[in-house]
Amino acid sequence: MAANESYPDDLRYHPEHDWARVEGDEAVLGITWFAQDALGELVHFEAPEIGATLTQNASYAEVESVKAVSDVIAPISGEVLDVNQKAVDEPETINEDPYGEGWLVRIRLADAGELDALMDADAYKAHVAEQ
Amino acid sequence: MNATLRRTPLYERHVAAGARMVPFAGWEMPVQYDGVIPEHLAVRADAGAFDVSHMGQIHVEGPAARELLQSLLSNDLDRLGDGDAQYTLLTNEQGGIVDDLIVYRMNHGHFFLVVNAGNREVAYEWLKEREIRGTEVRDASDDYALIAVQGPSSVQKLGLPDAPPFTHAMGEVADIEVMVCRTGYTGEKGVELLCPAEDGAELWDAVLQRGVVPCGLGARDTLRLEVCYPLHGNDITQETDAISAGLGWTCALEKDFTGVETLRQVKERGPERKLVAFVMEERAIPRQGMSIERGGEVTSGTHSPSLDVGIGMGYVPAERAAPDTELAIDVRGKTRRARIVKKPIYRKET
Repeated sequence: MAANESYPDDLRYHPEHDWARVEGDEAVLGITWFAQDALGELVHFEAPEIGATLTQNASYAEVESVKAVSDVIAPISGEVLDVNQKAVDEPETINEDPYGEGWLVRIRLADAGELDALMDADAYKAHVAEQ
Repeated sequence: MNATLRRTPLYERHVAAGARMVPFAGWEMPVQYDGVIPEHLAVRADAGAFDVSHMGQIHVEGPAARELLQSLLSNDLDRLGDGDAQYTLLTNEQGGIVDDLIVYRMNHGHFFLVVNAGNREVAYEWLKEREIRGTEVRDASDDYALIAVQGPSSVQKLGLPDAPPFTHAMGEVADIEVMVCRTGYTGEKGVELLCPAEDGAELWDAVLQRGVVPCGLGARDTLRLEVCYPLHGNDITQETDAISAGLGWTCALEKDFTGVETLRQVKERGPERKLVAFVMEERAIPRQGMSIERGGEVTSGTHSPSLDVGIGMGYVPAERAAPDTELAIDVRGKTRRARIVKKPIYRKET
């Protein structure tokens, strides 16, 4: 079942409703609770290839609900190190646990300086409140 | 939300229940309540209710009503007795489909048509302009609420008697007088309940109180596509003919009706393209407008909640329209394999 609305403090957020959890020179990326709620039950995650290059603010994947398809925007640039196979095989995992089991990809950061452009949880909550 | 969108008599109920409202054919309608997938599965396993009050209702009355409709509708009206219903097409001179609809025979001088929401004005004007002496065509769409209750438990939950499909009779649900139509758009047993607009909200409440799950237009679309019921505007249009769409069974080609000559020709020489159903063989969801390689186009596509796979319908060249033929679909620049299947895509296990 769908998760309750939350925006963890340890993440950095992109205005297009994507999050990044930075771990050293790597980061785990996903979509926010707001994004999965707006899309509804996800039935497909079109993942990038391992080794693909992500560019900040550009689409790197697609998620689809029964009714619609949506681009997933890269909050930061980098190289894809790993794809969450569980999100591919059981896309509903993204609805159920968007910040945990429902992560999308792990990347190696291209430019840690790009993180400055992202929002913290409080700024993102204010952003969501305006939607 | 656009202020010019129309609202059904159940609008307040949908909003109060937290349904997600979207614009559809000029109406503000619920696309989902709890979610498309649970609603879809509830209809397949038990019972679900849909507000379809946005659909149009047209009365055709008078001593020449039968004569008029027999000349404008594709199916043979003379197969109907009082209390019967029939799926039929309103056709244009080129054999194209103005609308697909259900005609209910009340008596020999009174037929009742339920037409698509998006074609309500077009269908009404089409009929009105062709009125003949001894007929009266009347748009009564605003007079009624229409609630579809569908699923294997639907009839029993409503406390209604069983009856054959494509019949209708007056009945009561929770002391509200309704026209009980044994018709639907889901492939399941069920009814469509027609009542005066002012009774609509009370009827909706009574249906839900009997443990029927409220459903939105999202589930209505996935349910109909699994059983390959065409959607006007997607799979059939004024530019597509019934033979190519696999709806030849709704055309009484031995009688005279608008466009029949063209349809006879298409039938005789065989259609150039056919509307087929397909299932994805790779993980992808087909969508309306995607091209099918070697000539063809997806007209409807979605994720099938019953089968957990991408499904769709589309037109392909007739020589490559046989079941089991492999298709390649352009899914936003990536080629994805699909396979033509015999209609319907979903069949109930018995």
